[in-house]
Amino acid sequence: MKNAGERQPLGIGGAVLRLAVIGVVLVVVAGGFAYLGGWLTPRDLTPARFVDAFERANGVHAGFRRNHAKGLGVSGFFESNGNGTRFSKAVVFQPGRVPVLGRFSLSGGMPRVADSADAVRGLGLQFSLPDGEAWRTAMVNLPVFPFRTPEAFYEQLVASRPDPTTGKPDPAALKAFLERHPETAQALAVVKSQPVASGFENTTFHGLNAFRVISSSGESTPVRWLLTPMQPFEAASDASAARDTNYLFDALIAHLGRQPLRWQLVVVIGQPRDPTHDATIVWPADRERVVVGTLTLDRAEAEETSTATDLNFDPLVLPAGIAPSDDPLLSARSAVYARSFTRREGETKQPSAIGAADVRKEK
Amino acid sequence: MFPAFSRLLHWTMAAMILTMLCIGVAMVVSLGDYHVLLAIHRPLGIAVLILAVVRLVNRLVNPPPPFPATMSQRERRVATASELAMYGLMLALPLIGWGMLSAARYPIVLFGSVHLPFILPHSAVLYAGLRKVHTILAYGFFATFMAHVGAILFHTLVVRDGMLKRMASWKIGRSVSS
Repeated sequence: MKNAGERQPLGIGGAVLRLAVIGVVLVVVAGGFAYLGGWLTPRDLTPARFVDAFERANGVHAGFRRNHAKGLGVSGFFESNGNGTRFSKAVVFQPGRVPVLGRFSLSGGMPRVADSADAVRGLGLQFSLPDGEAWRTAMVNLPVFPFRTPEAFYEQLVASRPDPTTGKPDPAALKAFLERHPETAQALAVVKSQPVASGFENTTFHGLNAFRVISSSGESTPVRWLLTPMQPFEAASDASAARDTNYLFDALIAHLGRQPLRWQLVVVIGQPRDPTHDATIVWPADRERVVVGTLTLDRAEAEETSTATDLNFDPLVLPAGIAPSDDPLLSARSAVYARSFTRREGETKQPSAIGAADVRKEK
Repeated sequence: MFPAFSRLLHWTMAAMILTMLCIGVAMVVSLGDYHVLLAIHRPLGIAVLILAVVRLVNRLVNPPPPFPATMSQRERRVATASELAMYGLMLALPLIGWGMLSAARYPIVLFGSVHLPFILPHSAVLYAGLRKVHTILAYGFFATFMAHVGAILFHTLVVRDGMLKRMASWKIGRSVSS
């Protein structure tokens, strides 16, 4: 191209070369896009593969959560005493009352599994703040989480997949998993050392991961949180005793019918060097514990009508003043919950194990 | 040539939209970066929506230059349709994203405590449907973007009618007289 206006016509060779250049540009852009979308790395662990692993372990139960499938909606309120304003600017810690929506659940992907004392108990909560923000937390009755990374959790899901011939997980595969993951064995020992409560109403629920709270002056503090029941503790009786299929949920509904159930929300203040990236480790017992308010749950609602059913208790739905820590489980939980949520919301809902009639009857 | 403000809008939005499409496909397959990517995706999407409205108004105030003579009637129809599609998508995708998060009752946080109101009722069916449409339209947008880039490069490099110059905010070579 010597000069404007007197271009030589492109020869066949020149045209082909220029077309090839365009082709390369388009292939590079499309390839980059495909790489980002994971198409070139099909073996990478993704939220979809994680949810697939839950489905392989439990089967697909249309319309239900892929984990913590069996549950019951609840509602009530949180009364903050203002103590939390010392370390967090979050509106939820200012003195006052905010409405709370929640869901009690049992772990596992089986929506009609029989209640048992050994099953991990879950409590998902949403605090609806007056400025329109929301705080969600998905808690369980374990003081520590058995897995340090999402990859370890996935590995365990695969190892505990039922053997097609026996219908039970292969004990050798689980043993091998524990040998590869001593942190899991340690965490399980901590879990076993804690007595299980007789019901949902006197269970302590833990936030599992560490978070950071941000004060109004911008200071960041590592924290964990838990809910300690104001109902007196009573140890679960022998797990092998014959029980009704829904005995834990039936008892919860009965309790709620008699009186509101209350928990204290306790924030554990970490020291700068306490590990925040490892949910398998307990912090030292002498860390300061601040009671920031009281959660009152006064109403049970079956999943058919509860707003909590179509809510994702994503632990990273946080108000300003509460922030994620460097725990790799947090973003992974958020991603996998979102995928599970998207799948189940697109499915036809099946009746839950604890229906509206059960809620009325127990009351 | 397009007016300077139109060119500024075009290139700013091109970078933003390509970033949005890349974040979109990356975040749905990511465990560790999901939260960070989502935290960028929401406010960037709303920024695209606002700029798309500005751009639509700008197009009425500052009409684009006529198509070059090298374009056939059929090509002009295709180009007009693809422009329309891209305007539609840059408005629709953020609105659908906002709508689907509303239907799922995910807080639509932009930054800090700043968030948008819900624009749809809480509904599993609405969420599931819009979530699918969001994905399909995003792939459609990427396909349209690739066709757009391919066509402009073809005109600029093979037909050599200086097509890119109409939108370029920089000098290209010694340039064709217009």
